[in-house]
Amino acid sequence: MPVKIAIASGKGGTGKTTVTVNLYHFMSKILNSKVQIADCDVEEPNASIFFEELESAKSKQVTQLIPFINTDTCTFCRKCVDYCEFNAIIVIPPAQFAEVSPSLCHSCGACLYACPEKAIIEQPNEIGQINTFNHGVDESFLIEGRLKIGSSMQTMVIKDLVKDDWINKEVILYDAPPGTSCSVVATITQANYIILVTEPTPFGLHDLKLMIDLVRKLNKPFGVIINKADEYSDTYTYLKEEGIEILAEIPFNIDYVKSYAQGSILKNIPSDIESVYTGITQKLKNKLIHHA
Amino acid sequence: MKIAITSTQNIPESTFDLRFGRASYFCIYNTENNSVEFIDNENINANSGAGIKAAEKVIELGVSRVISGDFGPKAKDLLDKFKIQMVMLDDDSQTISSIIKQLNK
Ligand code: SF4
Ligand code: SF4
Repeated sequence: MPVKIAIASGKGGTGKTTVTVNLYHFMSKILNSKVQIADCDVEEPNASIFFEELESAKSKQVTQLIPFINTDTCTFCRKCVDYCEFNAIIVIPPAQFAEVSPSLCHSCGACLYACPEKAIIEQPNEIGQINTFNHGVDESFLIEGRLKIGSSMQTMVIKDLVKDDWINKEVILYDAPPGTSCSVVATITQANYIILVTEPTPFGLHDLKLMIDLVRKLNKPFGVIINKADEYSDTYTYLKEEGIEILAEIPFNIDYVKSYAQGSILKNIPSDIESVYTGITQKLKNKLIHHA
Repeated sequence: MKIAITSTQNIPESTFDLRFGRASYFCIYNTENNSVEFIDNENINANSGAGIKAAEKVIELGVSRVISGDFGPKAKDLLDKFKIQMVMLDDDSQTISSIIKQLNK
């Protein structure tokens, strides 16, 4: 079984993806393991921009079965409307109009069962894509889910992405979507270990607490990486009181931030950053050895 | 012609409701006989689809124009499909009767 690590944060912009990309780099190098990134931030997958000379490999459509109403046989009785918990079906009898709104439908199938006229049939509707990328000989080292614009079926795309059929490495790094919504849950429930990335600010601490609540509810082992570490002490006090492990503190390095902006973080890694990631990799190795 | 106006209460003195899908009531004003009728918004607390359901309701009631604060994309699409005119007002201190008065000017 591959070891699955999710990298999550209570909000966007904490450097979650940079951490993921660096971990990929150092874990591959130090552990001599095959590492794969799964970019689960399906609304805005961006891990791919950090690698040069990427080669697109496979691409697969993710579809959802959506009911379609045949208005020739529909009697506009509105039974299906009553069964649809998600308000996805619009039936306007005086206008002889009946339609399903794909962006609201959750494919629960209740309306199919409800319709006495068999006027509803299911058809596949695209909600997103799963793309894989190669990096030289490193085949599908990166997989990403990409939600179709306008769709709100994040969780469905993620569920497809975190299925084991995509995995062909020993360590999987899930780059989770920001926040604490269902899509984050769909990502981190798959993981053996969760890394929470935070910034030591009052807002950062607030979001971190929400995340900690969530991972505790899911009963997952976890540790925290403090990005742009500085003096704000409440974060440290809180983590200490709660007995939560700080995996690393990443110093704020302005040149490095600039290279992030240029999408070239894996070139010219400063030595302080390198030693931080070497440390994290060792810690993770000790923790996860029993999963492999 | 029938006009739907989103309303916070079910009397003509109620103030205008800026929300469409989550309006408390829909006031249906009939320009032909100058009558008003208030309809409960059943989907005010719906988790999803409140806007599109509100659009479904007013279309079913046969209105030609809707006056509200704003319309979400799904509601807008459906109202457009039925060529229903959407009018946006941003003053929620106005009452329903004052809006009707202005319509009759
Ligand atoms: S499948 Fe479920 S969610 Fe979709 S339209 Fe039918 S009842 Fe609604
Ligand atoms: S239940 Fe079937 S017949 Fe009735 S409105 Fe829905 S689709 Fe039409």
